[in-house]
Amino acid sequence: MKPERTKPKLAIALGATCSGCDYSLLDLGAGLLDVTDQVEIVYWPTGIDSKLEDLQAVPDRGVDLILFDGAVVNEDNLEMARLCRKKAKMLAAFGSCGAYGGIPGLINSGSPKKILLEVYQGLPTRSDKAEALNFEGEDALPKMLGQAYSLDQVVDVDVYLPGCPPPLKLVAGLLTDVLAGKAIPKGTFYASNRAVCYECKRVKENKSIDAIHRYHEIQPDPTRCLLEQGIVCLGPATRGGCDAVCCTQNQPCRGCMGALPHSEDSGAEMMSALASIMELNNENKEADYTGIFDGLNDPLGTFYTFTLPKSILGRRKVDQS
Amino acid sequence: MSERPNVRIVALLCRWCSYAGADLAGVSRMKYAANVLPIKVPCSARVDPQLVLKAFSEGADGVLLAGCHPGDCHYLKGNYKALRRFQLLKKFTSQMGIEDDRLRLEWISASEGSRYADVVNDMTTKVAKLGRLNWRREIAIEA
Amino acid sequence: MKIGVYICHCGTNIAGVVDVAKVVEFAATLPNVAVARDYKYMCSEPGQNLIGEDIRHLGLDGVVVAACSPTMHEPTFQTALSRAGANPYMLQMASIREHVSWVTSDPVEATEKAKKLVEAAISRVSLQEPLEKRRIPVKQSVLVVGGGIAGIEAALKCADAGKKVYLVEKEPSIGGHMAMFDKTFPTLDCSQCILTPKMVEVVRNENIELLDYSEVREISVHVGDFKVSIVRKPRYVDSSKCTGCAVCSTKCPGKAPDEFNLGMSKRKAIYVPFPQAVPLKAVIDRESCLYFQKNICKVCVKFCSADAIDFEQKPEELELGVGAVILATGFKPFDARRVSEYGYGKLPNVITSLEFERMTSASGPTAGKIVLKDGREPESVAIVHCVGSRNVNYNVYCSKICCMQSLKHAHLLKEHLPGVAVYDFFIDMRAAGKGYEEFYKRVMGEGTIMVRGRPAYITDVPSKPEEKGKLVLVAEDTVLSTVMRYPVDMVVLSVGLEAGEDAKELAHTFTCSRTADGFFLERHPKLAPVSTPTAGVFIAGASQGPKDIPESVAQAGAAAAEALAMMGKGYFELEPYVARIDEDLCSGCGICLDLCAYNALERIPETGLTRVVEALCQGCGACVAACPSNALDLDGFKNNQIMAELEGILA
Repeated sequence: MKPERTKPKLAIALGATCSGCDYSLLDLGAGLLDVTDQVEIVYWPTGIDSKLEDLQAVPDRGVDLILFDGAVVNEDNLEMARLCRKKAKMLAAFGSCGAYGGIPGLINSGSPKKILLEVYQGLPTRSDKAEALNFEGEDALPKMLGQAYSLDQVVDVDVYLPGCPPPLKLVAGLLTDVLAGKAIPKGTFYASNRAVCYECKRVKENKSIDAIHRYHEIQPDPTRCLLEQGIVCLGPATRGGCDAVCCTQNQPCRGCMGALPHSEDSGAEMMSALASIMELNNENKEADYTGIFDGLNDPLGTFYTFTLPKSILGRRKVDQS
Repeated sequence: MSERPNVRIVALLCRWCSYAGADLAGVSRMKYAANVLPIKVPCSARVDPQLVLKAFSEGADGVLLAGCHPGDCHYLKGNYKALRRFQLLKKFTSQMGIEDDRLRLEWISASEGSRYADVVNDMTTKVAKLGRLNWRREIAIEA
Repeated sequence: MKIGVYICHCGTNIAGVVDVAKVVEFAATLPNVAVARDYKYMCSEPGQNLIGEDIRHLGLDGVVVAACSPTMHEPTFQTALSRAGANPYMLQMASIREHVSWVTSDPVEATEKAKKLVEAAISRVSLQEPLEKRRIPVKQSVLVVGGGIAGIEAALKCADAGKKVYLVEKEPSIGGHMAMFDKTFPTLDCSQCILTPKMVEVVRNENIELLDYSEVREISVHVGDFKVSIVRKPRYVDSSKCTGCAVCSTKCPGKAPDEFNLGMSKRKAIYVPFPQAVPLKAVIDRESCLYFQKNICKVCVKFCSADAIDFEQKPEELELGVGAVILATGFKPFDARRVSEYGYGKLPNVITSLEFERMTSASGPTAGKIVLKDGREPESVAIVHCVGSRNVNYNVYCSKICCMQSLKHAHLLKEHLPGVAVYDFFIDMRAAGKGYEEFYKRVMGEGTIMVRGRPAYITDVPSKPEEKGKLVLVAEDTVLSTVMRYPVDMVVLSVGLEAGEDAKELAHTFTCSRTADGFFLERHPKLAPVSTPTAGVFIAGASQGPKDIPESVAQAGAAAAEALAMMGKGYFELEPYVARIDEDLCSGCGICLDLCAYNALERIPETGLTRVVEALCQGCGACVAACPSNALDLDGFKNNQIMAELEGILA
């Protein structure tokens, strides 16, 4: 009998995640079976019956590709991230959480401990106040770290698949490259180097807006650029590669694919761009810009939905005590 | 002066108005706090909010953005953009816990040397009262 | 990268406060620094030679000079680099004089600050790249906007130098305000007499194309090649046929207030603006013309022997390309109605200085006679200075010419009406020009009563019988410290000068800034009074600020000289600070496109991406800071260069 060639090993591990990214792999449909044919999945809690021990048993650097799905927010996530780094030949930050901190990254607008207590004890609508949260002993909850981190803020990362979830064709692209044994330079992003606008089919006329509208406040023209209609769309400051699927479905881009190659802070880029075109037709000595951004009550949440930990400031200033 | 925390304020000055105003303060031998360090830009509109955030994250305790008075911009309308960007940026930095006095926008013309000196002294006093910002971007993880 | 660092002592200006030796020592330790020196006066010949020698012998490719402000000596050191064979833009100056030694009391703090600025400059220059100034060819023609004395003078000077001049005037005749004056101070020359020969010269000069009754619609401000759109308003008279005989005018039944006589008389619907008008052609005012309003009359057609009337005439559009622009659009007199306490517009016989000029003009509404509204000659006249000027309620500035004009009027009154009593109300007497003080002395000797006090109000309500039928000026004679009532027959208000009605629009059209008082902004109040920050656009005359005729003429010559220098050189050098787009990063989002005040960004039709029109880019960086992809960067002020400077400062 011909000995079977050893298949490349694949693992998909979870950090602080909604699991949406690895669920999205199911969208490969029948193609998923093609993948499973060609690789040996050694660990994927969501997809196969595997245990942590299975991953721990693999020799160091024995897994050809590990997709880490999630941010790093508590000690469990940290342990998992370090384990994955140890066991992976190539470690990928899979999804915006791994790449940038993602939505869990918004924890950095406060402190993890405070938010935990707020959610489990503080909410006025809770009728059953949780018992004192238990961080010690057998039933201990994992300890929260000081803030939310992206994967590369805690371990070395080889490749990035941003997106919430990453566009399937880009995931397929990475899998194909790995299976083909292609040399992938460290730090490669599987995403476009140009902003979403490049792929967006909406008509661009002139960028000058007089007011900001929430999406439900107006009847947007389905053919014209959303930003030009006063809807905050982060497309101009966000990597493409997603075929502008949200904009095509009449939703403004929320920036999940993160900052463009030469930008460090997609949120600041977008704030600059938006403020520049706001009231562009009203530039004169008498112009009064008081309150023009009153409709934007939460710049932090709006512009850094997915990227706060990787932004220049990283997290809200927390008192030393 | 030595008891005051040695705060550092980065001043982004536009070439045609505020930098010239600062020059005039010098020519007029006005004395002001040594805590403000100037960087010349062609126009206040050249200032990218990213630069301001970088300044804070790299150790600045305060950032002063100065440009020409509305209507007087050498490049016609640059300062209006600077103002609008500043407003949105201020909202964000407030949310991030950076105190109001640390980020400031002033219109200073080429003939306003004394105003430059006053602004520098005032801002230095206010920022010194708040103390060093010591922005920590990431909390280091213990082994 | 090999950087040379030079710390200047500037005598004791820097060295007296900053410990220069320590700064040199510090600089020598920084990365890429090949040599660090100090010298007493870096801007001197030996100082510059230090740099030159080091460039040649040490192969320096970057230079930092820590000295005075770059505004002072950046060009000096840039030249030093050029002469030594290095690119002039591989220089960064740290201002340790204006920004450190002159403003910091504590030497220790000053030295620390100097060190930081030097470190920042070194970091920045490490990332600088050679840049080349942009040479823009300059067209050999000038556009002069405004046909008053300043515009006329500027046009003649440029034309005499052999350049093509387009002189645009919005009124049907050139001459401006000077054509309305009677006599000019202090020589009492007849204004028309000295002006008319120049006006005629304009028409005679082969190089000048006079575009009368025309306005500039649009201009693309592009130094060296300004593309101008001009609209020639229809006179409804064919200029090539009209002889200026004005017979049409005598027959025309339509009437309207005569603008040239400030409404003090009437003119016809078809009229020649004034007897010495240039061009001497008729023009029809639609509003008062019976043909245009009611489709009747046409008497002018009947009597025109040259068959010059053309009711079908349409506005004509012209496109021109010129190398330079001179704005000489003059002023507008302050509207005396705003000072309601003086009763202008309500009380008859309260007139303005300009109306008085028309009155004393032989060809004016009263044929040169000074008379009251009822035809009588006044027995007493008051002249009030500073109407609308030197007043926080109106204009804070001094209008410069009104004192001399008032004295002139006082003189003319005494000349025309031998027995008349003249009271001159002033705050300060400003008689600073050549022959001006002497004129003042002369007028005082003629018997005019000088009262140092600003009148509070003018009333026709008598408080005693002698005041009946008179205008009573109530003013404090500050010398006597007494409030007095002065009953007079006529009051002449010396109104101030304001920026022209269309100054705002013109400033916008020509990319010109204005100062707070509305006059055009000069590049430098002392050293560059006729140029503007916009290259190729010059200003002259009252549009730059209130001034008299000799000053207007001088400025016109100066502006012409600047324009001629530019044209003579044949090219203009623009700084190399230009925006650049990384084509691989641009997404075509279009956010930058409308931000540019100079229209220097355009969409490429084939790709939808954006490109920079280099010749128009002024290097402000507004687009660079807005670009959400960081696809745009600015040569000379690049993101990485400014970041490096920031890091050097905070190191």
